Amino acid sequence: MKEVHNSYQKTARRRTDRVTTAKVGRFLWKIIRAVIVLGICFVILQPVFLKIAVSFMAESDLYDSSVKYIPKHFTLDNYRLAIQGLDYWNTLLRTGLLAAAVVLLQLGSCLLTAYGFARFNFPGKKLLFGGVILMLIVPPQIIMLPLFMKFRYFDVFGIVVAMTGSSINLIDTYWPFLIQAATCTGFKNGLYIYMLRQFFKGMPKELEEAAFVDGCGKLRTFVQIMLPSAIPMMVTVFLFGFVWQWTDNFYSSLYLVKTKVLATSLNNLSAAVYSSYEGFGGSMNFISPGFVSMMNNTGTILVILPLILLYIVCQKHFVEGIERSGIVG
Amino acid sequence: MKSALFRKQQGKWKLSLAGKDALAGYLFILPFLIGFFVIFLPMIAKSIQFSFSNMTVTSDGYVLETAKNNGFEHYIRALTIDPDFNLDLLTAIGNIAAQVPLIIIFSFFAATLINQKFIGRTFARSVFFFPVILTSGVVLGLESSDLLVSAMGETAAEGEGVASFLDMVRLLREYTSLPGSVITFLSNAVNGLYDIIVASGVQILIFLAGLQSISPSLYEASSMEGATGWESFWKITFPMISPLILVNCIYTIVDSFTNENNEMMNAIRTKIFSEVQYGYGSAMAWIYFVCIALILLVVGGLISRKIFYYDER
Repeated sequence: MKEVHNSYQKTARRRTDRVTTAKVGRFLWKIIRAVIVLGICFVILQPVFLKIAVSFMAESDLYDSSVKYIPKHFTLDNYRLAIQGLDYWNTLLRTGLLAAAVVLLQLGSCLLTAYGFARFNFPGKKLLFGGVILMLIVPPQIIMLPLFMKFRYFDVFGIVVAMTGSSINLIDTYWPFLIQAATCTGFKNGLYIYMLRQFFKGMPKELEEAAFVDGCGKLRTFVQIMLPSAIPMMVTVFLFGFVWQWTDNFYSSLYLVKTKVLATSLNNLSAAVYSSYEGFGGSMNFISPGFVSMMNNTGTILVILPLILLYIVCQKHFVEGIERSGIVG
Repeated sequence: MKSALFRKQQGKWKLSLAGKDALAGYLFILPFLIGFFVIFLPMIAKSIQFSFSNMTVTSDGYVLETAKNNGFEHYIRALTIDPDFNLDLLTAIGNIAAQVPLIIIFSFFAATLINQKFIGRTFARSVFFFPVILTSGVVLGLESSDLLVSAMGETAAEGEGVASFLDMVRLLREYTSLPGSVITFLSNAVNGLYDIIVASGVQILIFLAGLQSISPSLYEASSMEGATGWESFWKITFPMISPLILVNCIYTIVDSFTNENNEMMNAIRTKIFSEVQYGYGSAMAWIYFVCIALILLVVGGLISRKIFYYDER
């Protein structure tokens, strides 16, 4: 039995040997693809390599023109200083919790909104969707002052003032972030709504109709039928939201004055470290550019490292998406 | 086809099927409705109000006075008096018109590339995700302020790429009959390769997620029928991904317009925060946004005609 099988395989292989043009073409494509992918990877990674190299250098290496990528005086001092200066582990935990809460909230609200826009007809739909686009194109810098005032003297239709006599100060709490996330007004939420809505619009409607005929309610159809096939899109939105919340300096420095998250402490890292380690660079009154550069690069690596790990974990779900979406098509 | 939302039944008004549908729609978008009407619109109204007035900051808040010329003082100043504004505006629009098609094509290409199966795909995908991190928030800010390291990077890159590239431009000019504008466009594209790659991180991921949600059974069926890869690309991949092409176009335009390194954004920020001319800055911003909105309207209108939705109502 086995021999028969083998001989069959052999003839099959001989047959494929004859079709050489297709094979050569595929082989060539593989090589070209590898070259292109490697080239792009190099272009992206080169600045990152430079950062990593600088983070292991002593300051004298920066001024030494013979040092390119490999440090002459290899040192871990930068990391020690940056971890202390950032108060890394505490800040990491705080930033992670905040980012996770914000991202999950905004994922939920944006998914609901996007599905509503994609599948239901209601009066004023086009106008309201214009509102989504408006939220997308108005950069937060323009509404910064009104935003700050809103949360500094927070009030819902004057109810709080009527009851307690004064408005609530939400600055230096996490509430502004959570409120914005839950109401789709957070950072780039217009984009998420738009992305998800386009995705839902592109999905076939048969399954939902079948579920509806079987007596499944609208919310349940959404949760049990639509969401599983939207996993790649949800992972993408989750990743964007997480990264942008993680490195967001704008809202963080607007709402959090005393509480530090990674983005805000990274921004002040070199000054913070320098003031506690006076004399590290030699001169007393100004921070040497080399020291600033080293601290910034080391700090940046420390800040983006968790994001890269998160991506590696999440990217498995991209692949899982293929198998699941097979159900829908 | 539009049907009434309410119908009369036994003397009472009740929701019709279309009415129930509409109600469900409103309930689904409720988070957005609250955010839009309670938080976002009041902010926008405030900002527009600023643009029509002169603001003086006092110890406990600020005082607004209506600006001259029925409040249009700042708008008139921006459009007719300020020597830089119109120029900056045109440069910004020109740059974007040149970059957006390149970014869209590149990101689509890159997404199809890393959607294929090959050794080291996980690694390549992670690397393609880097630009999203590198262009976000505080990381970008530190990057652009780090002169020392960027100087190091340039000296490292010099010897290899730049010289041979300039030769390439000369060769193209002398030995081909391509018009000069095409050559300049191409050479700018190659020169700006890093900018394009870094600017297309988000778009690549959006396309990738879209590609991943195309059902493999479509490809199987078409290959059974004898379609080549080329055909199934144009007949399946392209139409299925087309809703996301619109998203990416809109996002790319918005992103490059509101990029913090953009000349216009810089000018607006300087006016508002450094020179504390909140009224004039807001007026500039609003003129700028009307321009973006017009461009988006035109682009969106053109593209959405070509889009294919699996089920169009």
